[in-house]
Amino acid sequence: MTNPNPVSGSPDKEPATEAQETRSEARATPSAPAGDTERAVPATATKQPPTEGPRPTLGRLFLDNLWAANTVTVTVLAVLLAMLVGAVLIIVSDPEVLATYGYITARPADALNASWTVVSEAYANLFKGAIFDPDAVGFTAAMGPISETLTYTAPLVFTGLAVALAFRGGLFNIGAQGQATIGVILSAVAGFALPLPPGVHLLVALIAGALGGALWGFIPGILKARTGAHEVINTIMLNYVAVYFLSWIIVQSGVQNPNRSDAISKPVESSAQLPRLLGSDLRVHAGILVAVLATWFIAWLLNRSTLGFELRAVGENPDAARTAGISVTKTYVLVMVISGLLAGLGGSNMVLGSTANALTPLVIAQIGFDGILVALLGRVKPWGVLLAALLFGALQAGGNRMQSYSGISLELVTVLQALIVIFIAAPAMVKAIFQLRAARAARLQTSLAKGW
Amino acid sequence: MEPGEIHALLGENGAGKSTLMNVLYGLYQPDEGEILVDGKPLKLKGPSDAIAAGIGMVHQHFMLVPVFTVAENVMLGAEQVKGGFTGFLDRRRARREVAEVSERYNLRVDPDAVIEDLPVGIQQRVEIVKALTRDVDLLILDEPTAVLTPQETEELLTVMRSLKEAGKSIVFITHKLGEVKAIADRITVIRRGKTVGTAEPSASRDELAALMVGRSVRLTVDKKPAQPGKPILEVAGLVVDDDRQVRAVDGIDLTVHAGEVLGIAGVQGNGQTELIEAIMGLRPVLAGSVTLDGQAVHGWSTKKVLRAGVGYVPEDRSVDGLVKEFSVAENLVLDIYDQPPFGKGLSLKPDAIAKSAKERVEQFDIRTSSADAAVGTLSGGNQQKVIVARELSRPLKLFIAAQPTRGVDVGSIEFIHSRVIRERDIGTAVMVVSSELDEVIGLADRIAVMYRGRIIGVVGPDTPREEIGLLMAGITPDTATTTADGPGNEDEA
Repeated sequence: MTNPNPVSGSPDKEPATEAQETRSEARATPSAPAGDTERAVPATATKQPPTEGPRPTLGRLFLDNLWAANTVTVTVLAVLLAMLVGAVLIIVSDPEVLATYGYITARPADALNASWTVVSEAYANLFKGAIFDPDAVGFTAAMGPISETLTYTAPLVFTGLAVALAFRGGLFNIGAQGQATIGVILSAVAGFALPLPPGVHLLVALIAGALGGALWGFIPGILKARTGAHEVINTIMLNYVAVYFLSWIIVQSGVQNPNRSDAISKPVESSAQLPRLLGSDLRVHAGILVAVLATWFIAWLLNRSTLGFELRAVGENPDAARTAGISVTKTYVLVMVISGLLAGLGGSNMVLGSTANALTPLVIAQIGFDGILVALLGRVKPWGVLLAALLFGALQAGGNRMQSYSGISLELVTVLQALIVIFIAAPAMVKAIFQLRAARAARLQTSLAKGW
Repeated sequence: MEPGEIHALLGENGAGKSTLMNVLYGLYQPDEGEILVDGKPLKLKGPSDAIAAGIGMVHQHFMLVPVFTVAENVMLGAEQVKGGFTGFLDRRRARREVAEVSERYNLRVDPDAVIEDLPVGIQQRVEIVKALTRDVDLLILDEPTAVLTPQETEELLTVMRSLKEAGKSIVFITHKLGEVKAIADRITVIRRGKTVGTAEPSASRDELAALMVGRSVRLTVDKKPAQPGKPILEVAGLVVDDDRQVRAVDGIDLTVHAGEVLGIAGVQGNGQTELIEAIMGLRPVLAGSVTLDGQAVHGWSTKKVLRAGVGYVPEDRSVDGLVKEFSVAENLVLDIYDQPPFGKGLSLKPDAIAKSAKERVEQFDIRTSSADAAVGTLSGGNQQKVIVARELSRPLKLFIAAQPTRGVDVGSIEFIHSRVIRERDIGTAVMVVSSELDEVIGLADRIAVMYRGRIIGVVGPDTPREEIGLLMAGITPDTATTTADGPGNEDEA
């Protein structure tokens, strides 16, 4: 039993090099049935051993595909395609133009002319409303469209950043809407209930909104960290809670405007309002500056801070992060708190800016849900989010003019927004799902093959 | 394979047993060679072909729907309907079939019990019943005893005997020698994808163990004799559970001294992973203590353990060791990103990270297009070198390397080994866990063999391979040079 030299007593004369070659590969031996006592003919395994890492998550794959498509061309093409589909919708929804199609075989020029007129006019108004109206006279009129665009952009930057940040940390924050709702409530209450000097008052109101959103993000964060409860379900549920809380609190005495019988709160004091940037005739306010600042800060946080490093590590591979001593649970909570804080600031913008100065049930519109689209369109990168928010803000502002000048319903703008996102995000999604399928199939085999 | 035969397939981890059986069951396609059933070659495109050919398989991980009843699970995939097109499931018939099969082969199962309420042993029985209702002649049991208690194992063996009497053939995959000897009619030993021998059950355990572990040229690692210093890591009475809350480490005592390499040998799944994770603060310590350089560290966070001067190479690099989407540079600071000079307060210092990365890439010969390349684009060996570089780039008291060269090319293996020895020579306590016996023998100054959550023996590196192989299979020779704790092979009949 005591053999000093293991080599000499070996019946197996396998050379060492061969042994090492085969070491890393679990080789399939498709020999005759197991009972065959002869040496099986070794076959080169085409299937790679399952060393290729942790199973990719849907979110991960989606992100990869989204970034893989990250070219200006793709975005421009998506916008053009969306406008093309939008053009069809404009034509179809206009009864007069549609009527010309009734005799298109007799006089095709009529139909084409009518179509061209209605579509070009609509998109011209979209452009004039969003960017620049060449017919405008005077500074205010010339800057009007940009001012409108920026006004709509600001809150979307915050909610977009909120969703993007959570995504990078490996979490789907569907709750930006709820977080923004709590933010708008606290900002408004701080705005009309606290007697504070100008400047300080604004700061307090903004902080109140941020804290409200942070709290609303903390709840699903801590639930995820402590109990593993899925953040998607919890944030959706908290959206409902927040929205109905808003409807309830508006009509409470002390909050409701005493001069009104409908659901509207007292107005925010002027000392708590974000200052307008280009005079009182233009709606653009300091919110957009805060938004740019926030974008810069989140970009720094993600790429240049230790917290961002932890956040990205946890988002990409929580197992490796944990092994490297990063607290995954703590990071999840922090991500949700910061994400909620951003969404809360988005909410604050809706009542401290120029969009509204009092709470109503629809005060924040859809900024939370639009934030998801903005984040995806911006490829969940901070500066991308800012650009995406600008595009959405422009569509919103232009849509208003399109509605009033061309009589085309504002909903068409929503459809356009949706189409743009679908053209960009959906291929990534579809690819991600297919790759996940492939990966899962491979994984299934792997888990079967791995055995022990 | 003869009718009515129990054929055991014996082999180490990753020897290719499961792969072979998956080919037989049609899950994998063979690249070469063919499968003969009753003398006729068989092409299997998937499990359904295999079932049609009379081959059934019970996987190591059960394929049952937890919320369905036994009968529903058995009919799953072969649902019988009645009432023509209305498609009512014929539950009565399924129940009857289950009862029949249970009766015939003496497999007691209640057709109406819900799977998730049943203990593992019974769930496995349901799997067997499921296979039998499909009229299989050949039943493949993949590592069936891995999840069973000794009593359940005993019952399973009884079931297997009664199936054999009924003329069914069984392929029994395992690496447990005792069970093989108890039940098999014929034994085939597989190693590294090749049949290395067949044996009769009358063969001695020694012969089987030798065949299974194999003998090949020892990996040569140049090293001077160790000069052990004071004890750095002391583990006493450690008890740890695995993810399924099953005891994985069952009272381990061990000591690693400064300037020595303690190798942990053992067939995988005998608690090595859990032992290391418990030391690293990744897994709760249920009882016992872990002391690092005189300081009790059990209950510490992983970060605190790392900061205390422990370097750790996790056994699964792509899951636990690296963030694949991160750059090489980022991965090189994955667990020290917040320490100067790489991070200060909240901010990272990208210049310092890049500079250090450049140095590491050179020092550790990491072959990459640039330090900014995603680590996932590197080869396995270079990925592993990134981890080793990261862990060996700070002053350590203890260095733990789990499977440091798994899936790594020969050149990198040599490099990593020399680095491990260099770390030992500067006075770090080193612990190497490997399922490659060659690696453990080559690196270690002392070898502790783990078996079923215990250390079954501590031997010197000059101990013959056969002896260590036997220890790995749970057999303590009376002449063992050193003993750690109890024999722990009581149920090896």
